[in-house]
Amino acid sequence: MKVNVIVKPKEAVLDPQGNAVRDAMRHLGMPEVRSVRIGKYMEINLDGEDADLEKRLHGLCRDLLSNPVIEDYELVKTNGARKTSAIRKKQK
Amino acid sequence: MKFAVIQFPGSNCDQDCVSGINSIEGLQADYVWHKETSLRDYDAIVLPGGFAYGDYLRCGAIARFSPIMKAVISDARTGKLVLGTCNGFQVLCEAGLLPGALVRNRSLRFVCEMVTLRVEVPDSPFTHGCPEGTVLRMPIAHGEGCYFADAQTLHELNHNRQVIMRYADDRGRVVPEANPNGSIENIAGICNREGNVFGLMPHPDRACDARLGSADGAKIFQSMMQTIEAAHVRAA
Repeated sequence: MKVNVIVKPKEAVLDPQGNAVRDAMRHLGMPEVRSVRIGKYMEINLDGEDADLEKRLHGLCRDLLSNPVIEDYELVKTNGARKTSAIRKKQK
Repeated sequence: MKFAVIQFPGSNCDQDCVSGINSIEGLQADYVWHKETSLRDYDAIVLPGGFAYGDYLRCGAIARFSPIMKAVISDARTGKLVLGTCNGFQVLCEAGLLPGALVRNRSLRFVCEMVTLRVEVPDSPFTHGCPEGTVLRMPIAHGEGCYFADAQTLHELNHNRQVIMRYADDRGRVVPEANPNGSIENIAGICNREGNVFGLMPHPDRACDARLGSADGAKIFQSMMQTIEAAHVRAA
């Protein structure tokens, strides 16, 4: 099984890095940019594929891969080759 | 009285902690490797500063799963004093022993300077001998020291007097200009609800000798010693 994990700062958490990038984008001629939030993207390859594995994976997303105090995570199953399109679809 | 200073791979203030603690009469500090599983022989536990596991993923995120952390957590639950400075504070938050989290400094800069702190809770196990409003000088050195907690947690911290120290100017006024990293409400250090686990971004370990700019950090270790002594007397 292949999964992508996306970790994002929670709405209430200030993201100074995102703000710096937002300001740079505006500075480079894109005043339309309203906000930028910077998170993390992880590609994970696993042996096997079943509900139990996915449940354990969610557990580790909460305990290790993200800190629920400051971050939200999203777990997206992919078929490997189509992973980029899966991400693109999510952003729409 | 014996203090354990935990060494994670990537800790770099372990020697500062051991030397700071050993400079205080009556205290003896030992290094304890993170793969150890017991802290039975120690009266108090110190998690030092540094970059445990390279701060990969998040500061303290991987260190909290080190074998020794099981002992740190179980001993903390029994009331043993636990102090986390800088990276140690981050590890305590990740481990769930302290509420909230430490995120990237608002300035996006690594800050390395001497700061002044106002003691908000004079009667905590870590601040005996510091009347409320006492101003302490200690160095900070971090890139991710901006304390964050949601509104509910913040309310509880204030209500239960868990905010032990705030960044303040040299006259003890808690003002925005004195906030080096953007921490919410100038919070520099907090304790748990029970009061026996204390984390702070400043380095008491690097402020135990006036020749290094300040000896105020020694007051924290001395206070811990007094607290433990008083507990021994009560138990006897």
